[in-house]
Amino acid sequence: MQLSTRHLLGIKNLTKEDISLILSTAEQFKEVLQRPVKKVPSLRDVTIVNLFYENSTRTKFSFELAEKRLSADTINFAATGSSAAKGETLLDTVNNILSMKVDMVVMRHSASGAPHFLAQHIPAAIINAGDGINEHPTQGLLDAFSIKEKTGTLEGRKVAIIGDIMHSRVAQSNIYLLKKMGAEVTVCGPPTLIPKYIAEALGVNVSYNLKEALEWCDVANVLRIQLERQNQVLFSSLREYSLAFGINRKLLDNLNKEIVIMHPGPINRGVELDSDVADSKQSIILQQVENGVAVRMAVLYLLSGRNAS
Amino acid sequence: MKTIINQSKLSDLVNKLANQLNEAHPSFNEVVFLGIQQGGVILANDIIASLKKIRNTDKINYGQLDITFYRDDIRKEILAPDTMNIPFDIENKQVILIDDVLFTGRTIKAALDALLDYGRPAKVELCVLIDRKEHRQFPIQADYIGEIVQTNKSDKVKLINGEVVLVTA
Repeated sequence: MQLSTRHLLGIKNLTKEDISLILSTAEQFKEVLQRPVKKVPSLRDVTIVNLFYENSTRTKFSFELAEKRLSADTINFAATGSSAAKGETLLDTVNNILSMKVDMVVMRHSASGAPHFLAQHIPAAIINAGDGINEHPTQGLLDAFSIKEKTGTLEGRKVAIIGDIMHSRVAQSNIYLLKKMGAEVTVCGPPTLIPKYIAEALGVNVSYNLKEALEWCDVANVLRIQLERQNQVLFSSLREYSLAFGINRKLLDNLNKEIVIMHPGPINRGVELDSDVADSKQSIILQQVENGVAVRMAVLYLLSGRNAS
Repeated sequence: MKTIINQSKLSDLVNKLANQLNEAHPSFNEVVFLGIQQGGVILANDIIASLKKIRNTDKINYGQLDITFYRDDIRKEILAPDTMNIPFDIENKQVILIDDVLFTGRTIKAALDALLDYGRPAKVELCVLIDRKEHRQFPIQADYIGEIVQTNKSDKVKLINGEVVLVTA
């Protein structure tokens, strides 16, 4: 069984079978990570470049670690302090790197569609590590893996995605993935942060009431309020946002069930999540980070075959 | 497709291998058995069942080894992995690898690579149902052999549905 695609550009282009294959392969890589030698030789002959045109800590480390655990050779590129700062085009940069015999490209870029553009012009396999406000497919996959690991299944699960849906590539990848795998999704946040036609376009429920969304869901995936994107005044203050959409202990204790709390990080403590929620046993935030490495190993492994001819 | 070992012959060979293993190892305290996915696991399930009867015990360390991530032809075709299950320590243990068919020896080489990522066994032995001796590509031999079978290199020999079949290319 193989993936139907040679790139991972987004969850949108994946089939249900692709997603199942990635998740089941990731289970085996999770086992690899528990061994005394947490490494397999599968990508010994593969060289990977991590092209990060936008800041990242977690995702970059996670990919790097996944690559090393697969025995791949890796090089890292950060836009600041590189030729990109001197005005080199994306395509020129990538072609120069590929001429040094690089097989796969992991890329984060602030422009939505940047990896899709690259995929049309270069022979290497491309993995999208986040493009603008479009998708962050490996985050969607690791969130799904974590939900499945914690609750047993995705089919029929009720997942609330809470926060800035408008600017969130994590939300978009999660929605595509959960819908494909038969889960139900409600997005929740202030009206200014939820796209107007999202219910029709993506088949999700919309709620502007946090309590209502929490009462409905099995799992709450809480997104980060993106402070760097808040120059448009979409809500009046962080304090007001926190009062209406911040999740605290009291809210959770008043529910008649124990829901699972997720967050893709980095957390704004006291804004979208209080510390006594983020650090509680209901939270699987650190498991998400741990699972991220296994999921990225699965993606890299499954995409490593096609172009090394 | 031709049956080369039918069900009753297979069961005789399984018992023969189990008896050999039983005689070679007076105690199983320091012994662990690992079936190699997938055919080897099917065989190993039967051998372990037989050994449990012979010894009248349930205490046998038995796990499953998957070589997918260690194949030397991995780039030719990316395969989905099988389950790896080694729920015990192999450090300083006597490991007995069990596979259905020993052919080129490449699977066993990969299995040894995988095994060493779990620790340093004192000794590794190999137990196979079928030995296609004349096609070996690596210096690997089995310690316990069900039957040596003459085949052409392009043939495929598989353990399926309780029989060993030969598929001619």
